Order: sequence, then C-alpha cells, then structure tokens
Amino acid sequence: MRNETIAALTSYAREHSDVMLLTADLGYSVLEQFADELPDQYCNVGVCEQAMVGIAAGLALSGKRVALYSIANFPTLRCLEQLRNDVCYHDLPVTVISVGGGLAYGPQGYTHHGLEDLGIMAALPNMAVTCPADPHEAEELLPQLMDRRGPAYLRLGRAGEPVIHDGGTPVTLGKAVTLRQGSDVALLATGPILGRALAAADELAEAGISASVVSFPAITPLDEDCIASLAAGHRALLTIEEHSAQGGFGSRVADLLMDAGTHVRFAKWGTTPQLRGQVGSQAWLLDQLTPIAARAKALL
Amino acid sequence: MDAMTTNFATQVLAARLRAHAVRMTNAARASHIGSCLSMADILAVLYGAAMRTDPARPDWADRDRLVVSKGHAAAIVYAVLAEQGFIEIDELKTYAQNGSRLAGHVTKTVPGVELSTGSLGHGLPVAAGMALAAKRGQADWRAFCIVSDGELDEGSNWEAIQFAQHARLDSLVCIVDYNKIQSFGSVAEVSDLHPLADKFRAFNWGVHEIDGHDHGALLAALTAPPVLPTRPTVVICHTVKGKGVSFMEDKLAWHYKNPDDDQVIAALAELGAELGEA
Repeated sequence: MRNETIAALTSYAREHSDVMLLTADLGYSVLEQFADELPDQYCNVGVCEQAMVGIAAGLALSGKRVALYSIANFPTLRCLEQLRNDVCYHDLPVTVISVGGGLAYGPQGYTHHGLEDLGIMAALPNMAVTCPADPHEAEELLPQLMDRRGPAYLRLGRAGEPVIHDGGTPVTLGKAVTLRQGSDVALLATGPILGRALAAADELAEAGISASVVSFPAITPLDEDCIASLAAGHRALLTIEEHSAQGGFGSRVADLLMDAGTHVRFAKWGTTPQLRGQVGSQAWLLDQLTPIAARAKALL
Repeated sequence: MDAMTTNFATQVLAARLRAHAVRMTNAARASHIGSCLSMADILAVLYGAAMRTDPARPDWADRDRLVVSKGHAAAIVYAVLAEQGFIEIDELKTYAQNGSRLAGHVTKTVPGVELSTGSLGHGLPVAAGMALAAKRGQADWRAFCIVSDGELDEGSNWEAIQFAQHARLDSLVCIVDYNKIQSFGSVAEVSDLHPLADKFRAFNWGVHEIDGHDHGALLAALTAPPVLPTRPTVVICHTVKGKGVSFMEDKLAWHYKNPDDDQVIAALAELGAELGEA
C-alpha cells in the first residue's frame, strides 16, 4: 500500500504547491517519482528523524503542509518529543507516513517491528491516528489527512497488500467501515490484519457463529457511535490489531466502553511479549499468536 | 541612525530588558535570571537593530524569524517583545503567575514568539525548516536561532547543523549564548565544547566569534552577509552568565535562584533602573 499512498500524495502535491515531502533517507524505489516530478517540494534531510520533524515544523510554521516518510519506529518513537512539542503542541499540518507497521518487516528483527506506535501516537494531542487496512483505505485517507491541516499519523504496512474493499467503498476519517454484519461476535479490526479478521469470520461461520467484521481506518478520531452500536448488537466484541495488545486500538476501545459503562464481553487480540525477539515472516510471526477465531470462540 | 546612535539605543534597551527580567523573576519567584542576563545584549541588538520585524503585524510573512531555543530564558524574551510593542509592558507583571499566558518557558501564544520551546535541542531544526521554506520560496527573510552552550550537548542540534550546510541554508543564523555555565556545572567540566568555532567550521558553517556584550560587534555580525556564500552562519557570542548584575555574574547558582527584594534593589541600582518602574 505504500506505493498507492505515495502515488496519492504525489497527485495531491501536484495540485497543492504548499505540500512538501521529507524523508530521512528512506524510500528507495518508492519516492523517486515524487522527487523527480516535484523536486521543489521534496527534500531528503539525511538520516536524522529528530531534525526531520523539527524541519517539518519550521516549514509548517512558514506556510507549508508537510508529509514525512520513514519506517515504523523511526519517525514516531525516535523523535517523539519533537512530534509532541514542535508539531502537536503547535497543531501544525504535518503528516507522518510510516511503512512497516506491525510485523511487516518481520525477518528484519525487533528494531523494525512497529508494535507500540499506534498507542504512543494516539496519546499525543491534536494527532489524527490512522491505520489503513488496504491500498483503498490508504488512498482515501491521505487527502483527507492533508485537507485536515493538523498533525496526523498514517501507518502503512509495506508493498503488495491485497485490496480488500471494492473501489467504491466510502472511507471517511473517523468512520468505521462494516464489511460483514453478524450477531454473535463483532470483530473490530484496524490495519491490514483485517484480512485475517475476515478469514476468522469465515471459520466462525463454519462453526455456526455469526460474526460482524468492521474496519477502523482511524483510531483517532475513533468512531464511538459505531462501537456503541456494535456493543449493543452483539454478545461479545474482539478488537484486532497488529500492534501490542496493550495500549493500542483495543485499549482505546476498552477505555470507551468503560467510560460509557457498557457491559459486554470484550477481549483484545494483538501481539504479545512472547513475539519479542522472534524472527520470521510477517505471516509466520502472526501464526505464533492464538488464532483470531479461537480467541473469539473462547470469548463466547 | 549611525552606528554609534544605534549602539546607544540598543544599550539602553538591553539595560531595560535586564531590569524587567530581574523584576519578573523576583515577582514570580522564578529561576533562570542568569540565563536571561547573558543574552540581554543579543536580544537588544536583534530587535533593536538587526531584525526586520513589525510589532503591529507579528505574522507578517516577510518578517525575520527568531527561534529562542533556550526557552528557559523566557522572562527576557517577553521583556523584549513588550519593549518592542508586541505585548503591553504591564503584562510582564503576570509572568509565570496563575492563568498568565507568559509561561516560564517561551510560549508561542505570546505575539511575536515563533516557537514554544523549553526542552533543549528543538529550536535549531525548526529554524532550519524555516530557512528551507525561505529558500524554496525565494523569500529574503532570515531565520535566527539562539541556542545555549549547554544545549549543544543535544544531538538534534548537530543533525540540524549537518543538514543546514548541505541544504545551503544561507539565511540561517545560529547564535550561541556561550556563557560557559550549564545546568550542573561549567561547560568545561560537564561536556567541554572547545574548540566550538572549529566544530562549526568543520561542518562548513561560516563563523563569527565575538564578545556577546559588545553591541558594535553584535550588530556587525548579525547584519553581515553570510561568511561563506550559500552556507549558514554561526555567531558564537562569548558571554557572562548573569551579566550586568555584579553579584550574579559567572555564578551557577543564578541559574536557579531568584533575587529577593534587597537583591532586586541592588541589581536595579547597578542597572540604573528604578524599583517601581515598569
């Protein structure tokens, strides 16, 4: 989905000369078209994420809208305080685009696993936090984040994720997208793990369990009405994310349910400490976790 | 104005800034008076003579920008903004008080402030971003950034120093308030910056190294074209922490202490200011 996202950004920047793209020296075979076509709107700042975020803030304070590009933890955790103080506190139009969210870079090892980014970004003020499930969600979200003119995080997987939605599916920042309507358990997924949620729903159907599958392209703003409606219409809710099960999307949903006094069977499916240090493909690593369908069955 | 008249005007301004900062830190029981006093002359020359600003239009697109990265020196920054007319002088009395917009670290909600700072090492990358915007937009305004010596320990500064020379940000001017005292001791003891000018030269920056209390030298350095064509410039200002108040000069304690009423009277007498004067 990274290629589709950068194509969408290129198209947007072509129409809006105030848009700039910065990279901290990543994006080989991804950013060349933007750089070649719009050289005045592009800058490779070198391997320096803290400075990159500061530079982005300086550009934004001077009238630019800025997109940043790097790998999961580098433009988020490495420069967290620059994002907090320079970008979010000043409510500046800076969109952090990260690739390799979750376990996408599985064989590269733990340094390249993005497992805390969603929770940490969602803790920052003024920050829209998005985690598209497929290229369609990513392409639809990108211009909305740029139009919003505020801090944003767009967490991508890598290249080659399958298209899940059909092209006509509306994707609106802050709105969930329902893919399947069931009655027993609702599977609330964010990010490309949506594909596994759909497969789990098939498996549950074979066992006679009716599952809803709902995609949440955004964690902030969170579609609270949808979550309330799902809680009212199902016996159980299971959140699903390729991220630590603690502190991310599921925790945000849990907060919401607790704050509202909603009583519903609830569990969070995400990565566990046992994965730390494990090396393998994204699929292999995800296979080490309790399968989603099994977790849903246990919840019921 | 000729240079001598300008120097006189900025020296008068610097004395007023120092007096404000002493009164403000006393009233607020705030720290960092030493850090304020060491950069009084730098601010006076920047706002009084070197920078293109318009207090009536703090967001004027063609203004020169000043990022004060050593955000703990907030009192004297607000003082110069008040003296220039960005805010009312009377507002300085609210510094660090409950509900005030004059926070103990430089805050952008105050007209004329370009960036909220307080955590060290943030300002120079942002100023570099501003200079990059000026360069890409063919604008002729300049981006100044005042950093403390201690904050040059932060690696983010050196990321920006490397980037800015590569990006040929010739409108960027970094001003080092080199008062030789950092938070927990002398710079020489904690993390020696010597040879600082050579470090910047090795990074392809143009270097001015001056007495940061000499208004003529400050004006010359801060208004000169880039030392190296197409490269950013650093103005290393050798300063004295607590400058202008004899019992505060060159003393680490005045990074933290606030002057009591008797000390305020003594300090203002040295500065030629009146106690009740705004």
